[in-house]
Amino acid sequence: MRLITVAGPPSCGKTSVLLRTCAALKKKGVACAVIKFDCLQTRDNLAYHDADIPATAVLSGGLCPDHFFATNLEETFEWAKNTGAECCVIETAGLCNRCSPHLRGALGLCVIDNLMGIDAPQKIGPMLKLADLVLVTKGDLVSQAEREVYRHRIRQMNSRAIIRHINGLTGQGCQELATVLAMAPDIVSVTDMRLRFAMPAAVCSYCLSETRIGSRYQKGNVKKAEFGDAHVV
Amino acid sequence: MSSDMTTLDSLTVTAGSDKSGNSACHDIIFTPGEITALLGPTGSGKSRFLSDIESLADNDTPSGRKILLNETPPDPDQRFELQGRLVAQLTQNMNFVLDMAVDDFILTHAKSREVPTPEETTEKVIAAANDLAGEPFAPRTQLTQLSGGQSRALMIADAALLSWSPVLLIDEIENAGVDKLRALDLLVKSDKIVVIATHDPVLALSATRRLVFEHGAVHAVLSRTQEEQDILARLTDLENTFSHVRSQLRLGKPLTIGER
Repeated sequence: MRLITVAGPPSCGKTSVLLRTCAALKKKGVACAVIKFDCLQTRDNLAYHDADIPATAVLSGGLCPDHFFATNLEETFEWAKNTGAECCVIETAGLCNRCSPHLRGALGLCVIDNLMGIDAPQKIGPMLKLADLVLVTKGDLVSQAEREVYRHRIRQMNSRAIIRHINGLTGQGCQELATVLAMAPDIVSVTDMRLRFAMPAAVCSYCLSETRIGSRYQKGNVKKAEFGDAHVV
Repeated sequence: MSSDMTTLDSLTVTAGSDKSGNSACHDIIFTPGEITALLGPTGSGKSRFLSDIESLADNDTPSGRKILLNETPPDPDQRFELQGRLVAQLTQNMNFVLDMAVDDFILTHAKSREVPTPEETTEKVIAAANDLAGEPFAPRTQLTQLSGGQSRALMIADAALLSWSPVLLIDEIENAGVDKLRALDLLVKSDKIVVIATHDPVLALSATRRLVFEHGAVHAVLSRTQEEQDILARLTDLENTFSHVRSQLRLGKPLTIGER
């Protein structure tokens, strides 16, 4: 089964793009299954169901969503296999931007939109830096020069990814994307695969539901900040 | 890549289909140095036509159109490489969203377009924009603080002077208080394929030919008749009178009958 990870900040258009793209794949005779990893709530799985695409949403709740993603990947892959799909598409909500769900040997996509600030490509970090394909949405809402400058900034962060403009609302570019997804590497099992980027370390007292503030409540992996001198103008 | 694109002799938009899915009649061929005006009521499909060209549509947009370069469909690699670069576009979306100063923005754009002398080009673009806009702005002004007219003027100057794109698409140039005839003059000098969607009679008649849209497709292709040529001369005259009166009023000068 082909495996594709799709990451990007909230509301950048991941689901719209994937809906169109999976529908285009289905037309080509390639069945997809979509798993949405999210934190609190999502109705995206219903949108996929409406388009007759097998989909499920899983919520991390109080856990770090990226750890939740990694610890459930084998089961995710099995679930997708059981739907009879040829393409397993994993959509993650792209949460603290410290992580990247992309795996070595699988196809990794990052979606960002043209309405974010000019420094967004830097802030998004590993999920953009380590993506194979960067999809830029909402280009119809800005000037061409802005699109080009933004693209330039993306290129500075990721020199090797293919960068495409895409529109999840009109479907422009989705058919092309479907062609690329249909060529994603075929994978037998995710066991022993490796993430492209390490997860953030945690396991402090707050991970274990501590809510009180104060040094005496802090145990485990605690990092103290260095604040430096105040700059007085 | 820029040198390759100077060899663009023609760009063809295949007919595609209208909003009901019926096949449209006209393939449209564009060649450099001509201006084509797109006419038709709001919603008749002008913007769709422009965005099909911009995205090098390949039967993957609602209109089902395809774009051919020099009579040949671009292969996927060429298409991706050219995406957003073959065509310089001025759209109705003229509100900048990026948090940058004007000079940083134009300089970054010049660098991303691999302009040989980015600093010099930036100065030229800003000067030309200030020439077109009603009120001038400083190079360090934030993009988001520009008025509608200033944004528009900046984009027109950027498209004319900075980008090598052989095709220039303009959507509703008249809407934002720039001197449209001078803007058109600046653009025509750049020897590009110029396509303008417009409701403005002077701009429409200034074009080499006019495409009339209906229900999402090209309904008629018209060229200027001798009679229309005369009408254009009269309208241009009126236009000049209007802008003269406007500037006199702005300056607080009294108007006299017979003055021009």
